[in-house]
Amino acid sequence: MKNGTTNILIVGVGGQGVLLASEILCEVAKIMGLDAKKSEVHGMSQRGGVVTSHIRFGKKVYSPLIPEKEADSILAFEIAEGLRWIDELKEGGTMIANSQRIVPPIVSTGKFDYPAEIEKRIKEKVPGAKIVNAFAIAKNLGNTRLVNTILLGVLSQSIDLEEKKWLEVIERMAPKNTGEINKKAFLEGRQQ
Amino acid sequence: MEMLLSGNEAIARGVYEYGGEFTSAYPGTPSTEILQTIARFFKDDVYAEWAINEKCALENTVGASYGGARSVAVMKHVGVNVAADPLMTLSYTGVGAGLILVSADDPSLHSSQNEQDNRCYGKFASIPVLEPSDSQEAKDFIENAFEISEKFDTPVLFRITTRISHSKGLVKIGERKTVEHDGFERNPKKYVMVPAHAAKRHEIIIERLENLKKFAEETPLNRIEWGDKKVGIITGSVAYQYAREAMPDASILKLGFGYPLPMKKIEEFASEVDRLFVVEELEPFYEEQILAAGIEVEGKKFFSNFLELNVTRVRNGFIEAGVLDGKPVKIENKQLLPRPPVLCAGCPHRGLMVALKKLKVYTTGDIGCYTLGALPPLEQIDTCLCMGASIGHAFGIEKAGKTEKKAVALLGDSTFLHSGITALASTVYNKGTTTTVIADNNITAMTGGQDHPGTSRTLMGEETHAIDLVQLCNALGVEHVRVVDPYDLEETTNVLKEEIDRDATSVVITNRPCMLFPRKIKDKPYTVNLELCTACGACFRVGCPAISGSEKKNDKGKPKSEIDPAMCTGCTICVQVCPVDAIVELEQE
Ligand SMILES: Cc1ncc(C[n+]2csc(CCOP(=O)(O)OP(=O)(O)O)c2C)c(N)n1
Repeated sequence: MKNGTTNILIVGVGGQGVLLASEILCEVAKIMGLDAKKSEVHGMSQRGGVVTSHIRFGKKVYSPLIPEKEADSILAFEIAEGLRWIDELKEGGTMIANSQRIVPPIVSTGKFDYPAEIEKRIKEKVPGAKIVNAFAIAKNLGNTRLVNTILLGVLSQSIDLEEKKWLEVIERMAPKNTGEINKKAFLEGRQQ
Repeated sequence: MEMLLSGNEAIARGVYEYGGEFTSAYPGTPSTEILQTIARFFKDDVYAEWAINEKCALENTVGASYGGARSVAVMKHVGVNVAADPLMTLSYTGVGAGLILVSADDPSLHSSQNEQDNRCYGKFASIPVLEPSDSQEAKDFIENAFEISEKFDTPVLFRITTRISHSKGLVKIGERKTVEHDGFERNPKKYVMVPAHAAKRHEIIIERLENLKKFAEETPLNRIEWGDKKVGIITGSVAYQYAREAMPDASILKLGFGYPLPMKKIEEFASEVDRLFVVEELEPFYEEQILAAGIEVEGKKFFSNFLELNVTRVRNGFIEAGVLDGKPVKIENKQLLPRPPVLCAGCPHRGLMVALKKLKVYTTGDIGCYTLGALPPLEQIDTCLCMGASIGHAFGIEKAGKTEKKAVALLGDSTFLHSGITALASTVYNKGTTTTVIADNNITAMTGGQDHPGTSRTLMGEETHAIDLVQLCNALGVEHVRVVDPYDLEETTNVLKEEIDRDATSVVITNRPCMLFPRKIKDKPYTVNLELCTACGACFRVGCPAISGSEKKNDKGKPKSEIDPAMCTGCTICVQVCPVDAIVELEQE
C-alpha cells in the first residue's frame, strides 16, 4: 500500500460482470472522497477471453495499472483465473475466489487440460484465501447474474466503508429493476 | 462536479464542452467509444457519424472544418494509414475552423494487427502532436488542440493509447462554450493543392513548424516538476504516470505537447540534472530527436520499445540503470490455461468456416470476427494483413500461378464496404477468377456492433439507405453473385464449390445476422443424447463455446459432449456435423 494507495485486482472471464463490479468499486471510492482510477482492456473479452480490471484508490493515484505483486486484494470470479493471477497479490494480501469453473472450448478438443486441484493450490500459496460458491448462492437467489454483487459483498468486508453507502451505490448502478435483488445478493456476500 | 470517465468518454466530453460541431469516425478498438459517447449524450449539439472508412472520415472532417465547424476525426492507429493521403496534404492547406485528428494507438496489440507509433505521423506531416496522460487531460487538451489548430492554421494530431482510452479517472466537468466561425470562403492558393500553390504552402508549413517550436517552449502543456536533480526524466502520455509512480523523487519534464519538442527547455532541464532519461512507450520518438540535438540522453536501452510499459517495467529499467535501489521484479507470463477468443455460439461465420474446411482451399482472410477462424480448432484463415487485403491476396496468389490449391478471399460486410469494393473491381478488371466470400452479418461486429452503410441506420439513430451488396457486386462487373444461408452447411458447401470451380470472378454472400448485434438472437437450444453420442469429437471441432466435454465417457475414455442450453442459440451447425444424429432439440417442460 505504497503512498496509501489501495489496489484491487478483479479477474474473471468475459460475460461474468467483472466490469460492472469494478465500476461500482470506483464509485464507492469516489464517495469516500478519494482519487480513483481503474483500467481494463475491452476488445476480445466479449468472446470468452480473460478479463482483468485494475482498481486503485487513495489520496492521489498515478498509474492506472497496479504494479506487479502489489495487489492488496484479488477478487477472482472464476477459480482458475484466481490461480492464474494469485502471484499478483502482495504479502499478506486478501485473496477471494469464486469456486465456479468456466471451461474454455479449447479443453474439449483435448489440446489442454483444465487445471487440477485448484483450490488446494490456491490455499498452498495463500493459506487464508477465502473460497466461496457465489454461483450456488446466486442460483439460490434465482439469478446467476448476481455472482458479481455477491463477490463484491465478500470483498466489502475488507474495505472501510459503511454498509449503507455500499447499498446506495449498488442501487444506483445496478441494471434497471434489479436494485433490490442486487442489494440482497451483496448482503449475502457480506456475510460469507 | 466530478465524474468518473474513461479517456474516450473524456474526449467526447471535451469535444462537447469546447465547441466541437462535427465528428466523423470509422470504428476501431480502442477508439470506438468516443463517437458512441457523443452520439449518445451530445447529439443535439455535436453531429456524429460513422464514415465508410477512415480516409472518408478525415475528408468529411476536413470539409466541415473548411466550412467553419470545429471538427474532429477519430480512428485507431492503423486507420491513420488509410487516412494518410488526405492527412499529408491537409498539413499544407491548413484548416478552416479547428480540426483535430484523434489517433488511438495500441501498444501491446490488445486488439490490433501491429504496434505502430503514430507520433511519427506528427513529424512526417509537420503537424503538432498532443499527448494526454489521463482522463482529465484527455478532456482539457481538446480545448488546447482546437486553439492550437486555429492559431497556427494546422490540423492537430491528438494521440492517445489503449491505456488512456480505456482507463477511468475523475474528471471535472464544465459547460459547453462555442466559437463563431464563417462558412467556406474561396481561397484557391490555400485550398487548391496544385503544384504551384502547394510549393508556396510548403514554405509556409516550414515556417509554421518554427512557430510551433517557439510555442512548445512556452506552453504550460509542457511542464517541469522539479525534484531531486540526480535523475531527470522526460516523458509523456501514460508513461508519465508510470515514471511519476516509479520515481517519486526525480525531476520530470512532462510533455503534453509531444511534437515539435521544446528543445531549449530540454537543454536547460538536461543541464540541471546528473543523468537524463527518456521514458516513452514504443518508438524512441523523443529520444532520437533529443540525441540529434546533441543532448546526451538514455532511454530505449532500459525501457524497451516492445509492448506497453507499466510501473514495474519502468522501475526495473531504473534499477538496471543504477539509479534506483532494489531488485528488479520479474514479470511473469501468466500461462495457466489459454482462453483464446472464439466465435460466439450461433455465430453465422462458423458454418462458413466448416464449409471452407471441407473444400480444402486456402482462405485469404481479412479483419473482423471471422479472423478468429484462424485459431484452433477451425484453423481455416491463412492470411490477415490489413482491412480489405483478402481480395488482393487471393488474386495475387492466383496470378503468381504457383499454388495448386485454390485461394478464396473471405471478408466481412463492414470490411468489404471499407476497402474491399475497389479490390473486387480491380479483380474483375484484371480478369481474376477468384471467389470472394462476403460474410455479411449486417453489422461491424468485432468492434462491438456498429452500423455501416449497409445496415440502414446511422450513428445518430436515423433510418437511411442501405447498400445492396448483390447489386453492388453486379455493378462492378461480377456476373456470378450467390447468396447462401450459412446455417445450411450442405447448401453453403455446394454453392462455394460451384463458384470456386468457376472460371470467372464470383462472389458468395452469407445472409444471417450477427447473433449479438444489434440485438441478441436465441432460438430453441439443442442437447446431446448421451446414449447415441460416440465421443467422436466432430462437434468439438466446430469450436462452439456452448459445446464441452461431459462427465460421460466412451469405452476409450474419451468424453462425450454436452451443450449448455443457456448459451446454445439453435444454429444447428453441430447437428449437421454429427455423424450419428445424437444432437437433438431440447424438450422443454
Ligand atoms: C484500418 C482499420 N480500421 C479499423 C479496424 C478495426 N476493425 C477490426 S475488424 C473491423 C470490422 C469488422 O467488421 P466486418 O468486416 O463486418 O466483420 P465482423 O466483425 O462483423 O464479422 C474493424 C473496424 C482495423 N483493424 N483497421
